[in-house]
Order: sequence, then C-alpha cells, then structure tokens
Amino acid sequence: MKELMIGNAALARGLYEAGCALISSYPGTPSTEITEEFAKNSDVYCEWAPNEKVAMETAFGASLRGKRSACCMKHVGLNVAADPLFTMSYTGVNAGMVICVADDPGMHSSQNEQDSRHYAIAAKVPMLEPSDSQEALDFAKIAYEISETFDTPVFIKMCTRVAHSQSIVTTGERVDVTKEYVKNPRKYIMAPANAIARHPFVEERTAKLTAYAEGSPLNRVEEGTGAFDFGIITSSTSYQYVKEVFGDRVSVLKLGMVNPLPVKLLQDFAAKVGKVYVIEELDPIIETHCRNIGLTVTGKEAFSLLGEFSQKTIGAALGQEPKESVSLDTKVPVRPPMMCAGCPHRGMYYVLAKNKLTVLGDIGCYTLGSMPPLNALDMTLCMGASVSGLHGYNKAGGSETEGKTVCVIGDSTFMHSGVTGLINIAYNGSNSTVIILDNSITGMTGHQQNPTTGYNIKGDPAGKVDLESLCHSVGIRSVRVVDPYDLKQCETVLKEELAKEEPSVIISRRPCVLLKYVKPKKPLFVDPEKCRGCKRCMQFGCPAISFRDGHAVVDSTLCIGCGVCAGLCPFDAFESEEK
Amino acid sequence: MASTIMIVGVGGQGSLLASKLLGRLLVDEGYDVKVSEVHGMSQRGGSVVTYVKFGEKVYSPVIEEGEADFIVSFEKLEAARYVRNLRKGGTVIVNTQQIDPMPVIIGKETYPEGILEEMKEKGVRVDALDALSLATEAGSAKACNIVLMGRLAHYFDIPYEKWQQAIAKCVKPAFIDINLKAFELGYCQGT
Repeated sequence: MKELMIGNAALARGLYEAGCALISSYPGTPSTEITEEFAKNSDVYCEWAPNEKVAMETAFGASLRGKRSACCMKHVGLNVAADPLFTMSYTGVNAGMVICVADDPGMHSSQNEQDSRHYAIAAKVPMLEPSDSQEALDFAKIAYEISETFDTPVFIKMCTRVAHSQSIVTTGERVDVTKEYVKNPRKYIMAPANAIARHPFVEERTAKLTAYAEGSPLNRVEEGTGAFDFGIITSSTSYQYVKEVFGDRVSVLKLGMVNPLPVKLLQDFAAKVGKVYVIEELDPIIETHCRNIGLTVTGKEAFSLLGEFSQKTIGAALGQEPKESVSLDTKVPVRPPMMCAGCPHRGMYYVLAKNKLTVLGDIGCYTLGSMPPLNALDMTLCMGASVSGLHGYNKAGGSETEGKTVCVIGDSTFMHSGVTGLINIAYNGSNSTVIILDNSITGMTGHQQNPTTGYNIKGDPAGKVDLESLCHSVGIRSVRVVDPYDLKQCETVLKEELAKEEPSVIISRRPCVLLKYVKPKKPLFVDPEKCRGCKRCMQFGCPAISFRDGHAVVDSTLCIGCGVCAGLCPFDAFESEEK
Repeated sequence: MASTIMIVGVGGQGSLLASKLLGRLLVDEGYDVKVSEVHGMSQRGGSVVTYVKFGEKVYSPVIEEGEADFIVSFEKLEAARYVRNLRKGGTVIVNTQQIDPMPVIIGKETYPEGILEEMKEKGVRVDALDALSLATEAGSAKACNIVLMGRLAHYFDIPYEKWQQAIAKCVKPAFIDINLKAFELGYCQGT
C-alpha cells in the first residue's frame, strides 16, 4: 500500500515490519514520532523511559532475551546513553537491536548541533543514514539483518528534514523473529578479562563491515550524463538537494551506510569522475575518510560546517545562478516561539523576574522564559544541569548567591536527570532552592506522558512518582507546593524558602493549558474606560494581550481566561464579561 | 519540474491540517509528493512554514528563494516574511488577519503598514481575503485553514469533488460540513 509518511513514521513502520517487539525511548525533537507511531501497533511493547540511558539498556535487555528491539532519541540524548552504547559494541546482541538517533542541523529545536556520526565511529557501531521515508522503512529491515549477521547494535541516523518530511512509501508485512537466550558469560559479562578477549572481535567486525560496505546496495553509484567535470559523494538529505540541482547530469556516489565507510568503492568512483566534491551536513566525516584513504576531495572549503543545506546553498557553491526573487523594503519583526496564553510557567517566571533573582534554567517549554519581556533565565545547558549547576553556583558563591538564586526544571526533565542533582544538593548540603515547574506532561516535544503523570505511552493508568515524597526521601525537609496562577502565594513562598538556611524545593504545579482535560474559561476583556494605558500587563508577556490605540486589548481567540493579568492591573480594567 | 506551494503562518493556526489535505489530495491524483514541516515549535506561537511539492519526481523537500509557485499565508506579516521564496510570476494568497508577534506586543517594534501594497508594487500577484470572517461564517473561526485551501483550489485544475473527498478523509466526521462550507466560501471568494 502506498502512503504519504513522515520519515519517523516510515522508520517506525520499518521497525515494526522487521519484527521489532520492544521500543523504549525518551522523547526529543526530531525523534519523538518514531516511538509514538510504533506505539500505535497493538501487538508490540512500547514505552517512554525516564531517560535515554534507561531506554537503551531496556532495549538491550530485550535483545538479550531474544526479541528484536529498538530505542529512539535525539542527538543530545545519545550523550546520555553513551555509557551502555560503548560496551554494547563489545557484547554485541542476541536478537537484533537498532538505535534510532535524530540530529537537528540548523537547531530547529535543540541546544547544539552535534553530529551523531562521531558516536558511530567512536563506539565502532555501524550506522545507516536514510535520505527519505522509503529508505527509512527499508533501512530498518536491513539494520536488523546487519545487527544479527555481524553481532552488533546498529544505528539509524535521521536528521530533521528526513524525520519530518513526508514522502511516499510502500508498506509490507511484519515478520516474527525470536532468538533463544543461551547463557554466555564471556560475551555478556564485560568484566576486564572478558572485555579484553572481546575487543579483537570488535576490530574484526569493523573489517568485515567495511568489506560489506564495498558491495552493499546501501551504497550506490548513479552515473551522470557527463555534463560536468566532477562527481559528488553525498548522503542523507544532502543527496536530495544534489539531485534537485543536478538531476542525472552529474555522477553521484550515494552513501546509505556512513559507518564504516567503504574504501575501494570511493577510490574507484574518484578515479572515474576526476574532481570530487563531498557534500555532507555538519562535520567532515566522509571527507576526512576520503583524505585518509588518499583521495583529493573538496568538502568543507566549499560547504559550511554550520546548519542545514538546501538546493540553494549547494547550487551556489557549485556555480549555479541564484533564482530571481522578490525582496521587500518593509522591516518584518521576528516572530519567535513563546509560552502560550495561559501557560502556568509564566506566573512563576513573572515572580522570579520581579524579584530579580538569578535563575538557572533547563530544557523544555520553560526555556522560553528567557525571552523578552520576562528575560527570566541566566543559564540553560542540558537536561538536569539547572539543579546540579545551582549546587555548584551556590557552593562557589556562598552567602553572596544563596537566597538570591534558584533553578527551574520541568517535571519530565526532573525525572530524566534532575533528581540526581537534587540528591547531590541534599547529600553535600548546599543552601539551594529548586523550583520544579510541574505541568503534568512533557510539553515541548508535544505532550508525552512521564513517570510523574500517572499514565503510560498508551494513555493507560501507570505507576506515578510522588514528587513531594521523592524530594523528602532524598533528604530535602522543606518541600512546598504553589499554584503559579496565584502570584501572591508564589512570591510569599519563594521569599520564605530563600530565607531558610537549608535546601528546599518549591513545586509550581498546574497542568499545561494545551492538555485536553484542561477546559479554558471564558476570555477576558479590557474595559477601555478603566484602562489607563500603563502597560503593566504588557510586561507579563502574554501573547493574548496587545496594545492598540492607547489601551490594552485581549485577543479572545487566544485568551483562556486564566485571569492572572487581571490581578496585575492596578485599575481593574480586565473583566470577565464584555460590556 | 515540481509544482511548489508554501503554507506559512503562526503556530496554532492549523497549517498541519492544510498540508495533510494537500498531501492526501495530491497522492490520490497520482503525483510524487513531498511535504516538509518542522515540528516542535508548532504550538508555541512562532512563525511556521510547510513546504508542499508535487510532480512526476520530487527530490528536495524544501522550497528555497524564488521557487514557490504559491505562498498561502495564514497571516499578513508572515506573507511578507516569506515572499522572497516566491518565484517570478507566483501568487500570494493571504489571510488579512493581523497577529502581533512578541516584539510588537511589548512595544519594541511596530507592526508594519502597507505590506500587501508593497508586494503588489513589486509585481507580486496578491490574492487577499478575510479568511477569519469567512471561516466564522462557515461555523468556526478555526476553519481559516480550509477557507484558504478553497482559495488555493480555485487556481488548480483538480476537480472540485476531489478536494471535497480529500477534506472528508482528513477531518473528523463531526466537522466535515463546516469545513466543506469553509472550503466553498474560500473557493468562491471574489469570483
């Protein structure tokens, strides 16, 4: 059957058809939909794990037991899962195991632009790189064959454009694969003596995979018509841009397997085409390999290390004329993403900004609190770093920073890797105040359940972490809960906790307004007779409030009637019914 | 050469449904199709872009400067932001609704006047309509996206019933009538 699917859905379909029986993942753009789509199948097991390391180890356990498995994550998630990855390369697998990792060139929704291919090289694990949805589906099946034939986990590397572009795929039937589990301590117990014995296997495997790469249909030469005196080596979405610019006028070596890379195939291609361009987004991985095997190529001298490519950037670098386009003289203001109207995070941020506190932030929707007009954040690094960073900041700052500094972290991020930082605060005793912004969902990635919500990936009731008890049990005596719509309560509790000579946690609790069970109230209206145009409400940064003709006005299509603005107005101009 | 449509707007305006509808329709018509959008920020009020490309064979999923046959803009300012992607002789279909971005809300910048006029002066074919009012007339302010799809449809040779069938496949049964009405109002606007 032919269907239009995003790359992530096609990859999920491929994993399913290949007999994958278990996926464990942590959400992260642009990887999230692989797991969400897979979970729609009723005859498989699928879950959100607290973090990527747990997810990868869970998938490994399933492979050990004899079922094909997978775990999915964004590029930075692979940093978290790197520990099991490097040693799984030594143990290999029982049933096939696939690690789906999605890079984000251009950082549409990420804190860095790291290139996951480095991990494949460093861990000596093969990596396939599809360039569209059909390849995502097909490569999933090939990945399991490679995994079981060569006794290794296998990466499938997506990027934002492949993950989130829809193209036509033909689907097939599911196969069932089960391997017997046989106890094998020398393969699966990576104590030094066994690991020493296993390392040569890893090196031999890489040699065998290199030989496989020479003749695999994953890597193919597309002969051009000879209109140009050069050839192009490329992979992933860059291949699509190259074809858009040149069609079949230039010879292309399209690599579907980017680790390990072939040698003879590249040398033969280069010998045939003469001048060679290597076109790859982010780091010069293929290019460096080409140079290592003695080829003269042009790569990053012509194509950027930064961001996404397109037919325009590639065409321009190779001498193609730009297309004629229109440019306006009008200056167009930027439209950055922002916290939604009624977002519960906004109330807490308003109070933090008002009190001029130093705020160490974390990863999630609430990172948007760094934007004007609230400008409420001082730091955002990675998942969980707000809590551990606050501990270090206060240990270094002592009485100069204690009582004036807090950190903010979401419920899901706290479960992912914030709790270990809190344990450090309690254990090593810093006078730190941690604010958990508990909106009862994993928000930024599009509403995934997590261990604090009480529901699993299917929406069925599940185990629920009690945040208050958890904080108490790691050694925090002072744990308070506030409603971020109640600004007075937030400010009072915040001042009390900052004044204490001990670590504390404030849980700012109210569900995300985009959750289906959160019913919006009637929108508010501004009484123009009462509004004096003082713009105090504008400093709250709610997208539903704008300023027209000297007065604040509320956009009734956006306002959800949270009423926080009404409490800010000194003139009681916000009303719940229009006059 | 593939045909190219860009759908631009503000996160939360319903561009996902519009691209789903186009994808469904064009696959049914037998074209090779690619639809590309960036997820993650789509519900956060940011500027959002979707690329729809179709033809005998489509390679790149993105539409670059000077390449779009049509830009369907759900909001006036967003039309101005992306008009550089329009090809020479291309058409901008634009909802005249104004949604202030944060720099305007907090008074750091002003919402520019005369955007559509400047586009016309520069030779852009501008088809402007008040999609919000038409959607409200159809029964839901949220049907703006389908009003604009109706307007777009009026430039294509694909039979009207095919669009209707695609709508019926893409929206929940309870909303089919409202969306068919919205589509009709967009289609017939100004003709």
